[in-house]
Amino acid sequence: MWERNPVIFLLLATAVIMVGTIVTMVLPFAYVNTERDAIASVVPYSALELAGRDVYIKEGCNNCHTQTVRPLVAEVIRYGDYSKSGEFVHDRPHLWGSRRTGPDLARIGGNYPDQWHYDHMREPAAMAPGTNMPPYDFLDNRDVDPELTRRKMEVLGFPYSDEEIQALAGKTDMDAMVAYLQKLGSDIPWREQQRVTLVGELVNPFAGDPAAIVEGRELYERNCAACHGSGLSGGFAADLTALNYPEEIFFRIIHDGIQPLRMPGFATLGNERLWKIVSYMDSEQVAP
Amino acid sequence: MERPAYNYDIVKHFVHWSILWGAVSVLVGVVISFQLVMPQLNFGEYLSYGRLRPVHTNAGIFGFAVGGFFALFYYMVQRLCRVPIWSNGLARFQLWLFNIVIVLSAVTLLLGFSQSKEYHEMEWPIDILITVLWVAFTINILMTIFKRREAQMYISLWFMMAALIGVAVLFVVNGLSVPVTLFKSYSAFAGTNDANVQWWYGHNAVAMVLTVPPLAVFYYFLPKSTGVPIYSHRLGIVAFWSLIFMYLWTGAHHLLWTPIPDWVQTLAMAFSIMLIAPSWGSVINGYLSMNGQWHQMRDNYLVKFFILAITFYGLQTLQGPLQAVRSFSGFIHYTEWVPGHVHMGTMGWITLLICGAFYYLAPRLYGRELYSIPLANLHFWLVLMGQLIYSVSMWIAGVVQASMWHSLNDDGSLTYTFMESVLAMYPYWWIRGLGGVVYLLGIGVFVYNIAMTARGAQASPGAAAQA
Repeated sequence: MWERNPVIFLLLATAVIMVGTIVTMVLPFAYVNTERDAIASVVPYSALELAGRDVYIKEGCNNCHTQTVRPLVAEVIRYGDYSKSGEFVHDRPHLWGSRRTGPDLARIGGNYPDQWHYDHMREPAAMAPGTNMPPYDFLDNRDVDPELTRRKMEVLGFPYSDEEIQALAGKTDMDAMVAYLQKLGSDIPWREQQRVTLVGELVNPFAGDPAAIVEGRELYERNCAACHGSGLSGGFAADLTALNYPEEIFFRIIHDGIQPLRMPGFATLGNERLWKIVSYMDSEQVAP
Repeated sequence: MERPAYNYDIVKHFVHWSILWGAVSVLVGVVISFQLVMPQLNFGEYLSYGRLRPVHTNAGIFGFAVGGFFALFYYMVQRLCRVPIWSNGLARFQLWLFNIVIVLSAVTLLLGFSQSKEYHEMEWPIDILITVLWVAFTINILMTIFKRREAQMYISLWFMMAALIGVAVLFVVNGLSVPVTLFKSYSAFAGTNDANVQWWYGHNAVAMVLTVPPLAVFYYFLPKSTGVPIYSHRLGIVAFWSLIFMYLWTGAHHLLWTPIPDWVQTLAMAFSIMLIAPSWGSVINGYLSMNGQWHQMRDNYLVKFFILAITFYGLQTLQGPLQAVRSFSGFIHYTEWVPGHVHMGTMGWITLLICGAFYYLAPRLYGRELYSIPLANLHFWLVLMGQLIYSVSMWIAGVVQASMWHSLNDDGSLTYTFMESVLAMYPYWWIRGLGGVVYLLGIGVFVYNIAMTARGAQASPGAAAQA
């Protein structure tokens, strides 16, 4: 009788615990990371990217940021194409996370210029006013260890060259972190298609409205000035004072971003606010 | 019958260390809650949120809760088996190793040595120490049970034994990794597999550490405090076996809408709903044990702790399955709602229960009545208020946040930027921090009350002799 015999009890309890374990934990190994999941364009991390990934782990970034985009309408619009199993085959451990105190980062790679990331890691509030992310300027003071990184690449079985390892000398944890962030999600060739397609005639509903210009200036200073400088004057990104584009072109650029230049799209601001920024920019243009 | 020479000394030491680590956990929790509203409170790399948060969770789960269960298991196993602990030396070794592991964990986590797996952050050398610790504990408890002088094993012993096996299996499998150095390893599993193994572990750590052991405690200490037995042995049997069967299927409800195979998600969702039944089996068993005894809620401060604890367990096991449904998970997952849910379990269920059990033990460990019952009541009301402020503010925050994330304009564009959803959280984060401070005060009163009781015992050995 199990209530009187601890050996029988222990065997029974173990068996009961193992049923769900086998079905939901062991069995999925037969279905996951198989040929069917494979995505040809997904490649292992380079030595610098791997070093950066380990900085991400060391600093516990996964406590505030997730790395999985779910197949939900708002999520796909906000972050990009939803995550596929095959994208994670080189991830040991996974870094999907469980809380979004900050935004999801699964598709952050290629969205911003390197300089944006350096500035943002050093002083997040300067690039994202109102953020509660703490500064990570101390990453500048820590050097990547080339030999340790070589050993890590060996353990993980990732391909590397001696030149790649030698090139790590002089790199900081900050360089590694930025390299890793730029890699995230950028293996996926079809991610660029995941944009809202603008249809119909693009006409500024606020044309000639002075209030829109005032609001547009505030929006610009909050969302654009970190890269393009206060008052369109230029920063590490272009001076915008003498472009003289038609309003429709301004709108398209702000809405979609410019992928090759790693300017992110700002469709998440919503069309009304985008047009107000356009109104402001239009009002400030000077002849070349 | 001659009374066996029970070892209460080891129980007392585990109680003390558990309380200490619990206080550390709450203190760190309050600090990191304010870091979220004032980023300037992140003092450099060692005291940044990303490193402090695992210290908070691990100190709470493994320092306070597991330390507390070590104490309570050692107490219960001796009483229920009517024999002293099998090996006092092994228990002593375990006490030392436990504290060494907790200190090493805190130090290495602050230094940034982390596997990053939630509730399993410590690197592999500490994993090995924890395994040794658990094996020592398991041997000691099982040998005591094998040598018992009571033929029937009471229900608390079943829960204890199930936890011993469950934790061992979960912890070892999830910890499998390939070391690179003493301080760095890579998971044995990759990507989607790693995530699935991790949440099989993560959710069942909730089962095998934060549900099964506290139920062992509840089934023992409630009847002991009220003086009447548990309502139904049969209900206890059904609830026990179905609970430990169903829990293991549910881990993937943490991974709904991720690339985990759909059928794993669906099973997790279905079993999460089914889990309401065994969970409430224990809740109802507790409530019905109070038949004719409800006046004790007024007269007996211990009962208040246990009944409120089981009530929060009941609410927790209704809210949890709700969140495990795909549609609601799609809305609420990743938001502030989730910490609100978790803290109802940890601050409500677990902590009220363990504190109640410690109050029950105090006169038996120190040979003296509790220093102050009014202070125990003050402790009760402070932690209850603190926890409610915490959870309710986070539930509201979570709904606000989720609504902002999912809201679309007529033209199909998003209504809010992510930053706007962050800015909307600040007032709730302040309120949550306030709840944490009130809760911390309550824990302070508890520590003071226990400390005064302990000091009184040293001051008047006559009282101990009388008891």
